Amino acid sequence: MNTKVTLAGVELKNPVMTASGTFGSGAEYSEFYDLSALGAVVTKGVANVPWPGNATPRVMETASGMLNAIGLQNPGIDVFLERDIPFLRQFDTKIIVNVCGRSEADYCEVVERLADAPVDLLEINVSCPNVKEGGIAFGQNPEALRHITQEVKRHAKQPVIMKLSPNVTDIAQMARAAEDGGADVISLINTLTGMKIDIQRRTFALANRTGGLSGPAIKPVAVRMVWQAAQAVQIPVIGMGGITCGDDAIEFLLAGATAVSVGTANFANPYAARDVAAGIEAYMRKYQVEDVRELIGAVNQD
Amino acid sequence: MKVREYASVIEQKEIAAGIFSLWLQTEQIAGEAVPGQFVSVYSGDASRMLPRPISICEAEPDGRLRLVYRVAGKGTEEFSRLRAGETLEILGPLGNGYPLDAMLEKQGRVLLLGGGIGIPPMLQLARALQAGDGTEVQIVAGYRDELFLTEELAAAGKLFIATEDGSAGTKGNVLDAMREQGIAADVLCACGPKPMLRAVKAYAEENDIPCWLSLEERMACGVGACLACVCQSKEVDGHSHVHNKRVCKDGPVFRSTEVEL
Repeated sequence: MNTKVTLAGVELKNPVMTASGTFGSGAEYSEFYDLSALGAVVTKGVANVPWPGNATPRVMETASGMLNAIGLQNPGIDVFLERDIPFLRQFDTKIIVNVCGRSEADYCEVVERLADAPVDLLEINVSCPNVKEGGIAFGQNPEALRHITQEVKRHAKQPVIMKLSPNVTDIAQMARAAEDGGADVISLINTLTGMKIDIQRRTFALANRTGGLSGPAIKPVAVRMVWQAAQAVQIPVIGMGGITCGDDAIEFLLAGATAVSVGTANFANPYAARDVAAGIEAYMRKYQVEDVRELIGAVNQD
Repeated sequence: MKVREYASVIEQKEIAAGIFSLWLQTEQIAGEAVPGQFVSVYSGDASRMLPRPISICEAEPDGRLRLVYRVAGKGTEEFSRLRAGETLEILGPLGNGYPLDAMLEKQGRVLLLGGGIGIPPMLQLARALQAGDGTEVQIVAGYRDELFLTEELAAAGKLFIATEDGSAGTKGNVLDAMREQGIAADVLCACGPKPMLRAVKAYAEENDIPCWLSLEERMACGVGACLACVCQSKEVDGHSHVHNKRVCKDGPVFRSTEVEL
């Protein structure tokens, strides 16, 4: 049985990775299981300098999901290179670094600093809804997305994944803009912008007022968008949004994803990403699928 | 080491209006828990994804774990319906507890201040400190109106009471009780609502008393990964190199001088 998939020439032992921002740089979850069980670890977004993030409360539970507005708190690239990369190198898994910034120059600076680091892929976060500058500003306009993709590609040594926002009218157009800009892979979806109001206090539940909605509540939106994006581009697609088990992951593969990320489910179950990898294998055994790649985009379209 | 367990319910009782006492049988968690730590409690309903962080009230070497919590929403309401023999998914013990060795070394009067649902973790702490030679354990428990856990607390130290409505002890909060009842301390520990912790921190710093505070913040993962439950720290934190310590992982117990409230 083959579970290996390839993204821009990088071979993953299985299609399961972690969604950026839900897994730190792996240290906290390595206390629960060996991260070598995963195809890749995608780190929390890292910027050129430390970012303090937003005020609290930063999270709130919602029906079958949650809202977050962490605001990309991160230690900056210096600490990240010194501490987090060597930590992740202990495991037999691929390392994907998520990069955030406030300007094109910020993104390019981080990408350059990573050029000689033992990192397999870069994921560019142009879809965070919770920061005032950068983030989603680059991810909601096809021309801005194409431009930043080109700029990042000029500086990047590793293959580049552009992480797309679902907060757009036409996801296929955004997917094509990333591909036109030279992206090697696209990943989607980031969170959907949402809001919750505390009716006792009559206040916004999150200090940031709005937050990103994630979890199983958004899965049908994510599957639809992954399918539309996969139809629109030739490059591989990484699917995510509400995956909690192997069966959820299979849906994304059938919709056209080459790999999948497990995010919010890590909070509900610290073993979630490992369980998803095992669940994919269980599905393959049950339906006698010899090669996981047979499933990619295999939804019957007749 | 933190582990996930499916603990079985031994007994559950409502000990005051909306305050529940839940005894669980655990394999490992109770045996490893130190005072001040907490557990993540998971809902049986998949539509409620995030664990509820609940402080540990008592932990016995035989694996029995007691949680005393307030029903604050649908998740805790669900837990309050659990009956003996049913199981509950928990993860723990989580966070750092009180530094017992450093506190016992002081060999003086330790004063534990608990406000509202911050009272339960003071029971396990009082018991642990009681074991120390030359340590005198005093507890001030501050309630809105209805009392709970007073019998257990009185057995674990010298208990003083404050109630907001004046129905028992000093009318007012825990600091009012300290003033009115002339309670002095060489070491302070506090758990309760933020305004109370702010006042205790100010009192400790004015009087140069070593003080530890147990903080609370809205959490998602409970293990230090998501960076939701940060508090403002005086020094640059070790994780993100800003001024944000993680309540779940770096705390929930902090030296009062370590944090800004």
